Amino acid sequence: MVETRKIICTSCPMGCELTVTFDEEKVIEVKGNACPLGTDYAKQEIFDPKRMVASTVRVRNGYHPLVPVYTEKPVPKPIIMDVLAEIRKVEVEAPVSINDVIVENVLDTGINIIASRNLPKA
Amino acid sequence: MLKKNIYDVVIIGSGPGGLAAAVAAKKEGAEDVLVIERDTELGGILLQCIHNGFGLEIFKEDLPGPSYAQRYIDECLELGVETMLDTIVLEVTPDRKLYTSSTKYGFVEIQARAIVLAMGCRERTRAMIQIPGMRPAGVFTAGTAQRFTNIEGKLPGERVVILGSGDIGMIMARRLTFEGAKVERVLEILPYLSGLTRNYVQCLEDLDIPLQFEHTVKFIHGEDRVEAVEIAAVDKNWNYIPGTEEIIPCDTLLLSIGLIPENELSRQAGVKLDPLTGGPYVDESRETNVPGIFAAGNVVHVYDLADWVTLAGYDAGKSAARYAQSVRVKESSHIPVKAGNNVHHVVPHSINKTNLSDEQIELQLRVRQPVEDTVLIEVHDGENRIARKGALYARPGEMLTVVLKERHFADVEKADSLTVDVNPL
Repeated sequence: MVETRKIICTSCPMGCELTVTFDEEKVIEVKGNACPLGTDYAKQEIFDPKRMVASTVRVRNGYHPLVPVYTEKPVPKPIIMDVLAEIRKVEVEAPVSINDVIVENVLDTGINIIASRNLPKA
Repeated sequence: MLKKNIYDVVIIGSGPGGLAAAVAAKKEGAEDVLVIERDTELGGILLQCIHNGFGLEIFKEDLPGPSYAQRYIDECLELGVETMLDTIVLEVTPDRKLYTSSTKYGFVEIQARAIVLAMGCRERTRAMIQIPGMRPAGVFTAGTAQRFTNIEGKLPGERVVILGSGDIGMIMARRLTFEGAKVERVLEILPYLSGLTRNYVQCLEDLDIPLQFEHTVKFIHGEDRVEAVEIAAVDKNWNYIPGTEEIIPCDTLLLSIGLIPENELSRQAGVKLDPLTGGPYVDESRETNVPGIFAAGNVVHVYDLADWVTLAGYDAGKSAARYAQSVRVKESSHIPVKAGNNVHHVVPHSINKTNLSDEQIELQLRVRQPVEDTVLIEVHDGENRIARKGALYARPGEMLTVVLKERHFADVEKADSLTVDVNPL
């Protein structure tokens, strides 16, 4: 069955409104994109939407009580809340360095959760 | 103690604008560059913006705010930029003296050959829009809630209504949902989004958070803590429409109702401010009306993206370094750059013809009214068109740009003023 859906491309801040025509297997047509990124975005968004996820984890003896973390790569949209639950279980000891792996291979996605800043000891 | 009390370039603020200015000033040959920061660490508001989306323009990478900041912090330190943290600038004088105070250094007077103002902006508050009601705890600006949540580890509330569709409000709607809070509603008094469309998609639509246009908060209820807000639809004059009132029980109201460039110091220094932007009038080199004082980033006009603030910071830092080394031509011949059809404001406000070189000049503007159709951004001198650019649409929430290149400069030389129009195609 051929379907048409309107989605907004989030590849860049322009936010093109795409009109995507697709069936069960493939995207047939993408309209409204200002650049080729829109076509790739549409394919991904229709069949396997993914998002970057950012949150914080608790830190013992740190300059701040939290260190910000994020997924190295976008994770499948349906498991975002599960990824957050995994992040919430973690507590780390200061110091933390930027890009330190905080959770390895979260939920077997092959994606690491990494720190987005240096956090020295208190 | 500081190493010295005379600097080539002193930068006030260490957010994206200030850090970029410091890097650019050093690279342009300024020897002694000092960044003064009020907080105890460098990075400004980027440190609390833990979400992704930074660096897409500059690095072609999708970074969180703190990671983006760290790249510039590292670069500053590698280049030998000096910093004064936990220090407040009390006053800047027109002859470029700065009076500062801090626990570590005490009261210090610094003479700068050039100054870059990079203080950023502040959030509008409840008092500024006079929301009626009681005065309970639980009413926060979105940025304050962001700091509590992301740095201090304190959740502002559990049941939340957000007034305003600014970017920080939408980002916080997602963030608080991620932390287990329930965001009941986002209300926007205008018939269109204040923030970026991508933030609407990723922060509200993805999480099924309802957004209502042409709605606002009519009354805040609560004795000690917010207990509910009464909302209502508004007409085009922002009057409540009777019969549309609804009570939403909640414990927290976040405000994302706009940002105002922070210019207390600029005023004291004699820097003239544009009432439309709330920031200094600047020319294409980011120089204010006070010679040797430059400004860049949200202190000039509020940007959508940190990447663009960085680029503005580069311009200001470079110009400041040139001024400090007296490379810049001192006499000037400025022509105004005016906001024309459907344009709210244009930055820079003027172009100094004596500075025209091989470097292109980007004009940044916001429209007054949204146009959901192809538009033409046109730069003209009253009679002749000098440059133009098309855009698929024009929205007040999203900044537009048009670039003047070397090939346009002959026309700019001849012009007495420039005007930018945004016209339907």
